[in-house]
Amino acid sequence: MFGFGILSCIVFLPLVGAGFILALRGTDEATLENARRAALGTTLIVFLLSVYAYTKFDPSSSAFQLVEEKGWFGQGLIYKMGVDGISFPFLLLTTFLMPICILASWKSIQTRVKEYMVAFLVLETLMSGVFCALDLVLFYLFFEGGLIPMFLIIGVWGGRRRVYASFKFFLYTLAGSLLMLLAIMAMYGVAGTTDIVTLLQTHFPSSMQKWLWLAFFASLAVKMPMWPVHTWLPDAHVEAPTAGSVILAGILLKMGGYGFIRFSLPMFPEASAYFTPLVFALSIIAIIYTSLVALVQEDMKKLIAYSSVAHMGFVTMGLFSMTSQGVQGAVFQMISHGLVSGALFLCVGVVYDRMHTRDISAYGGLAARMPLYATVFMIFTLANVGLPGTSGFIGEFLTLLGAFRINSWVAFLATTGVILSAAYALYLYRRIIFGVLDKPSLASILDLSWREAALFAPLVALTIVYGIYPAPVLDSSAAAINALIKNYDTALAVVTKTAAMTVH
Amino acid sequence: MSHLSAALAHCLPELILAAGILVLVLFGALRGKESGGPVTEIAAGLLGLAIVIIFLGSKTTAVVFDGAFIDDGFGRFMKVLTLVGSLVTLIMSQDFLAREKIDKFEFPILILLSTLGMLMLISAAGLIALYLGLELMSLSLYVIAAFHRDNLRASEAGLKYFVLGALSSGMLLYGASLLYGFAGTVSFAGIAETINGKASLGAVFGLVFLMAGLAFKMSAVPFHMWTPDVYEGAPTPVTAFFASAVKMAAVAITIRVVLTAFPGIASQWRQIVIFISLLSMVLGAFAAIGQTNIKRLMAYSAIGHIGFALVGLAAGGEAGVSGVLAYMAIYLVMTLGTFAGILSMRVNGEGVENISDLSGLAKTDGVMAFFLAMMMFSLAGIPPLAGFFAKWYVFNAAIQAGLYWLSVIGVLSSAVAAYYYLRIVKVMYFDEAAPAFDRPAAAPRAVLAVTGLLVLFLFAYPGVFIDATTAAAQSLF
Repeated sequence: MFGFGILSCIVFLPLVGAGFILALRGTDEATLENARRAALGTTLIVFLLSVYAYTKFDPSSSAFQLVEEKGWFGQGLIYKMGVDGISFPFLLLTTFLMPICILASWKSIQTRVKEYMVAFLVLETLMSGVFCALDLVLFYLFFEGGLIPMFLIIGVWGGRRRVYASFKFFLYTLAGSLLMLLAIMAMYGVAGTTDIVTLLQTHFPSSMQKWLWLAFFASLAVKMPMWPVHTWLPDAHVEAPTAGSVILAGILLKMGGYGFIRFSLPMFPEASAYFTPLVFALSIIAIIYTSLVALVQEDMKKLIAYSSVAHMGFVTMGLFSMTSQGVQGAVFQMISHGLVSGALFLCVGVVYDRMHTRDISAYGGLAARMPLYATVFMIFTLANVGLPGTSGFIGEFLTLLGAFRINSWVAFLATTGVILSAAYALYLYRRIIFGVLDKPSLASILDLSWREAALFAPLVALTIVYGIYPAPVLDSSAAAINALIKNYDTALAVVTKTAAMTVH
Repeated sequence: MSHLSAALAHCLPELILAAGILVLVLFGALRGKESGGPVTEIAAGLLGLAIVIIFLGSKTTAVVFDGAFIDDGFGRFMKVLTLVGSLVTLIMSQDFLAREKIDKFEFPILILLSTLGMLMLISAAGLIALYLGLELMSLSLYVIAAFHRDNLRASEAGLKYFVLGALSSGMLLYGASLLYGFAGTVSFAGIAETINGKASLGAVFGLVFLMAGLAFKMSAVPFHMWTPDVYEGAPTPVTAFFASAVKMAAVAITIRVVLTAFPGIASQWRQIVIFISLLSMVLGAFAAIGQTNIKRLMAYSAIGHIGFALVGLAAGGEAGVSGVLAYMAIYLVMTLGTFAGILSMRVNGEGVENISDLSGLAKTDGVMAFFLAMMMFSLAGIPPLAGFFAKWYVFNAAIQAGLYWLSVIGVLSSAVAAYYYLRIVKVMYFDEAAPAFDRPAAAPRAVLAVTGLLVLFLFAYPGVFIDATTAAAQSLF
């Protein structure tokens, strides 16, 4: 297609839309409406393209597909794109959430609309690029480049403490990522290329693996975010505009998990095995500690942000169990969390647009005036808790199962997090939706508009469908994950064997 | 005769500049008017001509004038960068000088003289030629730093630069005399032959003094003290000239000296380079945080960037040098763009230079704010902008050379430095609007747009650029 493969089209088409919006002149309402429509149209086309790409994708193969390759910077840096069963669900999640984000900002963003839409479209290019890149430097380019639009989105359209939040977000992520960049250089030194496919088959010396693993960990753990480097997330979430929070929770956090599964685990298997106890410990702390913190939050967005950290704890736990259930559960959990937490932020956005406050105490008894909203919010609250029948359950159950096979104590402690998540999520729901509607400011609050209902419909549908029938996600990633685990076990077996031989 | 004409052919750009300068001085003096007028245009034309000649001229390596002057790929690459820096600052300066009423015809001539000195410096193949070029460059710089002579700060800047510059020249000369004493020759090749492998104490002393003098010109820590004051005090076009062309020449000669005169004692000079580089990166990152004047901030930023560039030199080897070259080329583009932005900062006819004056620029002049923001992100080294690739090449070379700690400290200080670049973006985008700037002159605006596009889209078509730096670096080995 146009001399590029379909992945390049998906990745770079948003830039075309951004260019079009930039070319729009005038600041009257009609122009702004055109900018919004152009952004929505572009993201919808990109979504349809990615669905079309999925029809060409063969989930039974563990190899990278739809691969494109071109010379680029010389010295082993190539422009290479491709997807496998692990990255494709994330790509679809990205292109799926983007139109929803644009639609969610339709009314709530009234200042600098054109720039806002351009920032989101550029962000879409950079995010989908992360999941398609098959060259480490290209990956880093997309991974880090996403900081620029997100920094502006938080800083320009954010809340009261937006400057602090945007700086914290940027500098935290940057400091971690720069260490990863050095590790990429060191890997380039060993392999002579930054082609991910080649690197996946390269064996790095054991002592080197630990350093590389730590450098990648510095970046991915911040992005994930794992305790104790999660503190940027509540700030960024609280201050970002609604759509920004959706993107942060839905996609940017998933880049951390994707990085672990794409780089840390397969490329540094020995170091991953060595550091597994550390990751388990941090995951458990994240699950229990941040759940407790979530319980006492007064701000709705902050509460959901902390719950995100806790849910990401399940993901890291599942990933490092390195069992097929654990890893599949982690991937599923990330997709499900992308839908559910994104939807929860949208729920907050709905009442925030009406009342302009996120304080939980400002609400109460909304069920009386907003029955539809109460229903939608309930579905996502229960999905966040992990109620069977919602997508949240599948991910948590599989990751716990995977962890249980490796270490029953880890699974036991993590399960307490499930109970705590029920506590804080239902507590939040009770305070906002139930009770008597006695606050005068809420007396005239309106239920969901058609636009808002249209936003939630696909999210509700997917949350329930995946809860009952998770096969689409699990099947598409199964082959790639099984191959990953097989390679991991082989690599470790070789090491144990050599160790045994040196002992004798 | 043919021998001489062959030699002259290799220094044709320098000859043209020299002849042009003499003619322009006469022309300016006989014209009887103070203002620059056509002198600036002619000077710009000469600089452009020199660039064209370098592109069309011989592509071979030749040492002429009894081993004093070398014409090679490395030199040509750095000369083009220097000339571009001079040309662009000269074009941008015209409007500024006219508004400040200091558009005298001596200014373009001094820029030309200084550029001539830089070209000779870059091509120096011996200590005498080095010193001649360096002094021709520096003496002109002392004058133009104080060119706004009724302005107290500009005079102070000029004097400060002169006193400290004279001191550093003295140190350099002392080092050169020690080297001559111990090696018995002034040519770099001869020195390399004499002290190959065995570093006599005197030669090492000479090396250290030489490096001190060069570090001063590069504004590398610990010889950076003059930089913030001079950057702040000098007229903005002059600051742009310091930050662009002068840096190119100083880095070029440093690379040439250590690689061609001291390849045998690499372990000695590498220590010095690592030390300078480390301190420059860290100081540049931390000292810039508290600055409120944007020219002063750019001075600390320049110190930091020299540190990053020297990481490549510390790594040594072809990859390291081509990394430095890529770094300097990209840094040149970013600096020129940023100073084009600073030159456009005028409110009601008065030049302003505080960071707070940029407040809310995104609302009052969206295009300028966007390109300036891209410059800041690029200076911070955020992909996919050009500044990222600059860092990639030098740090990659350092990692391959095993300089892990230098790299770790380097990237962490670049994360610290990101803070103050972000602060400028924050002021432009997040803050409420300050009084709008006057309608900027065409030249700085065009420069900002062109450099902005280069910085944005280098990643899309990097082939030509990378080939050029690799070829230039190869000619040194």
